[in-house]
Amino acid sequence: MITRIKYTLAAPAIALLAAVIFSSVVLLATGVSPIEAFSNMAEYGSRGVTLVAVLNRSIPFFISGIAVAIGFKMNLFNIGVEGQYILAAIVAAKVGSSVDLPAPLQITLILVTAMTVGALWSGLAGVMKTSRGVHEVISTIMLNAIAVAGVTAFLLRRWSVDGGSQSLETKLPEISESGWFPVLFTVDNGRVGLSSFIFVAIVVGVVFHFFVERTRWGYDLRATGISATSAESSGVNPKRTVILAMVLSGAIAGLVGMSELLTFEHNYNLRFVQGIGFTGIAVALLGRNNLAGIAVSAFVFAWLDVASGVLEVRGDAPRAVVGLMTGVVILAAVIAYAVMERKRAEEELRTASEAIEEVST
Amino acid sequence: MSTLAVELEGITKRFPGVIANDKVGLRVEDGEIHAICGENGAGKSTLMKILYGMQPADEGVMKVRGEEIVLRSPTEAIALGIGMVHQHFMLADNLTVLENIILGAEPARSGVIDFKKAHEDITRLASDYGLNVELDDLVETLEVGERQRVEIIKVLYRGAKILILDEPTAVLVPHEVEALFQNMRELKAQGHTIMFIDHKLSEVLEISDSITVIRRGKTVATVKPEDVTARDLAELMVGSELPDPGTQLATVTDKVVLDLTGVTTVGPDGRDIVKNVSFSIHAGEIVGVAGVEGNGQGELVEAVLGINPIEKGKVLFNGEDATDWKVRRSREAGMGYIPEDRQRRGLLLSAPLWENDMLGHQTLAPFIERGFWIDPDAARRHTEEVIDKFDVRTPNALVSAHALSGGNQQKLIVGSQMSGDISLLLAAHPTAGIDVGAQAAVWEDLRTARAAGLAVMLISADLDELIGLSDRLLVMFHGEIVAELDPAKVTPRELGSYMTGASAQGDHS
Repeated sequence: MITRIKYTLAAPAIALLAAVIFSSVVLLATGVSPIEAFSNMAEYGSRGVTLVAVLNRSIPFFISGIAVAIGFKMNLFNIGVEGQYILAAIVAAKVGSSVDLPAPLQITLILVTAMTVGALWSGLAGVMKTSRGVHEVISTIMLNAIAVAGVTAFLLRRWSVDGGSQSLETKLPEISESGWFPVLFTVDNGRVGLSSFIFVAIVVGVVFHFFVERTRWGYDLRATGISATSAESSGVNPKRTVILAMVLSGAIAGLVGMSELLTFEHNYNLRFVQGIGFTGIAVALLGRNNLAGIAVSAFVFAWLDVASGVLEVRGDAPRAVVGLMTGVVILAAVIAYAVMERKRAEEELRTASEAIEEVST
Repeated sequence: MSTLAVELEGITKRFPGVIANDKVGLRVEDGEIHAICGENGAGKSTLMKILYGMQPADEGVMKVRGEEIVLRSPTEAIALGIGMVHQHFMLADNLTVLENIILGAEPARSGVIDFKKAHEDITRLASDYGLNVELDDLVETLEVGERQRVEIIKVLYRGAKILILDEPTAVLVPHEVEALFQNMRELKAQGHTIMFIDHKLSEVLEISDSITVIRRGKTVATVKPEDVTARDLAELMVGSELPDPGTQLATVTDKVVLDLTGVTTVGPDGRDIVKNVSFSIHAGEIVGVAGVEGNGQGELVEAVLGINPIEKGKVLFNGEDATDWKVRRSREAGMGYIPEDRQRRGLLLSAPLWENDMLGHQTLAPFIERGFWIDPDAARRHTEEVIDKFDVRTPNALVSAHALSGGNQQKLIVGSQMSGDISLLLAAHPTAGIDVGAQAAVWEDLRTARAAGLAVMLISADLDELIGLSDRLLVMFHGEIVAELDPAKVTPRELGSYMTGASAQGDHS
């Protein structure tokens, strides 16, 4: 158990270290002092106002990471979180602006709509896989394109307040106020507040954890991920499990955009945040598909994302350096995990055979 | 004194936590057939891999024809005239025999493969040694024995004078074994040296000129076949008294647990795989189903369990119609399953043992409480009981399954399956690839469970196991039951001839 924890922690630490070293080299090459750049980032990144912004950013990253992790638990690579959450957001925004119910009902309606849209869109990839054998990586990438560039663009025009103008201000009508999530507190004279959607994220995380680790459906999911054939012989219906995983993953993906939509934007517009579905893949990878890991890595990626702003503002270095760093973190994490996993397996084999030798002598 | 083809001295090879070879010595004379015997895990295969350059030895000296050598890769071994035929054939199914043989050693003229020359060379080679194969057949159409001949021609084509055969008879039925031995004698007559791994002792005694026995990574003895009996050899291998599948008092009751009527299944290509199979198994009875691999036994088990659908016919399980049951229903109703391929079908290698124990029981107590919650503590306790009762060698129930040896993995599966509340056990090759000690334990477990009223359908390639354990023996050939035999009267040879379709039985005796 202790060895497990040791190796689990070693990998992300090594990954972050590698990223820092690599970025330093790049910064040096561009003639910037890495120490200065990093200390600027650290200084800016440790301010209260920044931390609140980081937390706000962590919420969608975390939910997106959970959505991806559900797929990963059974070796399904749901690249489609991106399309699922954006499509879910626009439909949910439409529903939220069309009705005006009391707050609990309004919020439930919006969230259920978002989850249903995400689940259906992702379930489509599940059905394609089980009925026609289409690999989910291919189908979800395609579905992303269709959702973002196709369906959402079409719906945005159709549903927008100004009836289909091409302006950058194109947006849907505002969601009724009963559907809004309040900010918990504000800092910096009310400029930034923490979204209360963080509680939804926490619930999602806890439910995810117990579902996967402690229910028999979660066990079926994990067993299928480790060995589809062994799972099948044990009574798991492989097709049903694939669809279940895709649907659950998509349902959670549907919530990714909700924090932004219901706390800050209050309407769906052309500038609605994109790319979080892809970040979720990195979050799940670095977080090792488990609750604590995903929470920490969501925070790390959010911090890098927000704190990097300062590099540009102060003219230290292009923001792209942070993009580079993020890339290195992911790459190094994947390698470090593979190495640590092998080491852990070796150590386990060694302790197992030592124990056996003790028994037999 | 004749020259030595191969001489190994003090070969030591360590793997994490295991010493596979501990100062092993081996002396193989030129032009002899030398058998290497030992239990699974004794270190035979490791030794052969070292000699073939696949793994470096940690210590020790290797000499080929008196010259000390260091091998870094199979390519270097081949250059020295050493060739190896692996237990699992390494052939490309979608290429022809000829293409497989020349693969990696293609004769070429200015970059173009010279098929004509290859064809001539190989035809000559094959006829010289009496190795009959059709060079233009696709490998996927070949029988096991033919594939093996292709592998042998492959190494001869590369100029091997010293041949290593890793368990060549494991995959063959008796008459194919005879053909192989004929080939081996021919090779020997033409001056080749053959080293082969085997643990079927009667075969070893029949064909070898010398026998080296390895136990727990150490050379125990090198003997001549005329000086020892099979029993002596077995005791050398095991180091203690022998297990024996052995028949015991019948415990058959008249309660029918499984009743099959006209069961037929269809393969993905639409052909019938299992054809019109009818038989029943009673509580307290072990029914052995013999057959050469690929004759429908595996599919029959999968159909009964519910992995594959049943096309026609009827399955009654404890009186209930179970024809259309899916696996989960079958499991919950009390069927246990020991799969043929334990790693692919019976284990979650990277998961802890208790989650492996749960596999197949993941809807049942004690693993599940209140309908769907996993109870890890109860599950762990259950696994600890299995570990205890079935002598699984492991530090605890939390290590991953891949940390266990094959024999211990198998004991875990057997224990896990038998400790559930089951009335029928579908056991496919329950002792394949595990060592003699674990094998004896599994046999004992099966016998105990049978005495307690378990019905068992046993599929095995080990004819001694089938004859020794079964109360009744059925033979499957091309998907049909072609014979029902009394294990007390049948010999492995007779059984083998039914399995290959050489004998047929008009009516069930």
